[in-house]
Amino acid sequence: MSPNDITKLAVTRPDFAAIAAWIPKGASVLDLGCGDGSLLRYLKETREVRGYGVEISDLDIVSCIANGVNVIQNDLESGLSDFEDNSFDYVMLSQTLQATRHTEPLIREMLRVGREGIVSFPNFGYWKNRLSVLLGNMPVSRELPYQWYDTPNVHLCTLHDFETFCRDLNVTVLARRVMTGEREVGLLPNLLGSTAVYRFQRGI
Amino acid sequence: MQFSGLYKVLILTASNSIGIVSAKRAKFDTPLVFRSGAVLPRYELVYETCGTLNADKSNAILICHALSGHHHVAGYYADDPKNIGWWDNMIGPGKPVDTDKFFVVSLNNLGGCHGSTGPSSINPETGQPYGSGFPVITVDDWLASQARLADLLGIRQFAAVIGGSLGGMQALQWSLSFPGRVRHVLAIASAPHLTAQNIAFNDVARSAILGDPDFHGGDFYRHNVVPARGLRLARMLGHITYLSDDVMADKFGRELRSGKFSYGYDIEFEIESYLRYQGDKFASYFDANTYLLMTKALDYFDPAHDFGGDLNRAFARAKADFLVISFTTDWRFSPERSREIVRPLLHNRRNVSYAEITSTHGHDSFLMEHPHYFDVMRAYLDNVASEFVK
Repeated sequence: MSPNDITKLAVTRPDFAAIAAWIPKGASVLDLGCGDGSLLRYLKETREVRGYGVEISDLDIVSCIANGVNVIQNDLESGLSDFEDNSFDYVMLSQTLQATRHTEPLIREMLRVGREGIVSFPNFGYWKNRLSVLLGNMPVSRELPYQWYDTPNVHLCTLHDFETFCRDLNVTVLARRVMTGEREVGLLPNLLGSTAVYRFQRGI
Repeated sequence: MQFSGLYKVLILTASNSIGIVSAKRAKFDTPLVFRSGAVLPRYELVYETCGTLNADKSNAILICHALSGHHHVAGYYADDPKNIGWWDNMIGPGKPVDTDKFFVVSLNNLGGCHGSTGPSSINPETGQPYGSGFPVITVDDWLASQARLADLLGIRQFAAVIGGSLGGMQALQWSLSFPGRVRHVLAIASAPHLTAQNIAFNDVARSAILGDPDFHGGDFYRHNVVPARGLRLARMLGHITYLSDDVMADKFGRELRSGKFSYGYDIEFEIESYLRYQGDKFASYFDANTYLLMTKALDYFDPAHDFGGDLNRAFARAKADFLVISFTTDWRFSPERSREIVRPLLHNRRNVSYAEITSTHGHDSFLMEHPHYFDVMRAYLDNVASEFVK
């Protein structure tokens, strides 16, 4: 990946840059639902991380290998039994949370395997999504590019929902970044932010 | 006849065959001490190479064969163009194991029956075939002999060692016996050790051979007979376990050869005909003692054995990067067995990728041309090739 590619990726996937900013050099990471391995490759090249991706799609397995990242073909929904307790500094779930069926056990698994968890997801509370629903249609956007009948997203949530979920699970949120496109959102994030990234750990 | 020969050559060219290859023979006079304590004072290994070894000898790949395999992996012989290598779909110019980039070494393992010293070879001390006198061999012993072949070829470190099934076990063992001599290990449809069920299958196969009156305790050569019935049964059983239930149903179903029941014990169902044909074919060329040796090598393989059964500790020595591949319908070496390989590699923080290929062909899948399987192999080996200057 050339420095040019890295800049481009940071633009198309602003959550990548947000995640990278949290990860110290040389950390060990596990990327769940790693897709074609772009995030891992980005982190490998910008943060020198060591790690693995987990992915179920055949096509993505080939892309990951071509991208030079380690990938383990597995279904996240069947748990992370191949991975030992506390074996990673960070376990990431980028733009996948909303598509997981067993979301609660998966978050628990993330914090069994990793010291900290990082998730990014589209904010269903973003004003454009609210407006769509208000006008009578399910939202379709860059963050939610599916029609209601073909969406893999079964567990969409808002920032409020996710934070309540963390409290109920005794998970401590350590940091949060909310963005719309590349722009960081400070004011009314649950209304004005289209994507959220959270870093969290087991509550004491 | 000439026309058909030319046609064959054209076909092979079109399918990117490496073309004509020839078997070579290496003689070793340094005694080999087996894990069992037995000693083989001298031996020969028959091998083939394809592609070109680069200047710093960093582009070599070793292919390890499975139970019934041998050194002839790709291409064909000038005097026998129909004899195409058993992994010709995988190895050749522009194929996943690209002979334009890699120098591919393949051998017939010690104890084999395709030219390397084995039970059917003449023991120079007695002038008779080794027969029952050939020592029981383990994967470790093969590795020692393979390393000597590498020495002879001037290969200090393999870019990759690749194998399926029992071949995958050898590939894994390379990372443990010679951690500094292999950069990548590709273990396909393999396992870190056999399960009880798998050993049981091997025992039935061995019992078939050992119980054949023509076996003569392994010294059947001097009686001018072969234990064909036993070998045939062993192969039939093996064959059933290499295929999936689905592929058998698909290929044969309940098809009857004559279309109706004959209420007797002759061949009636197509599957019976197929199995007997495979068994007869195998028994006509394969050595019964080699079959016994290969199944024992499978049974004994267990890198965790010397580490109190702890695979994590066994793999602590490994320095290589790994690609582990399994096939969904393989029940002889199931995906779960491959995951048992992956886990200790994760524990030891080795670079490892794991692909579970959806295939209907059972254990035999690793020999089949399957687009996704080949894409995975190609993507991985392209990276391996990018690590050295051509």
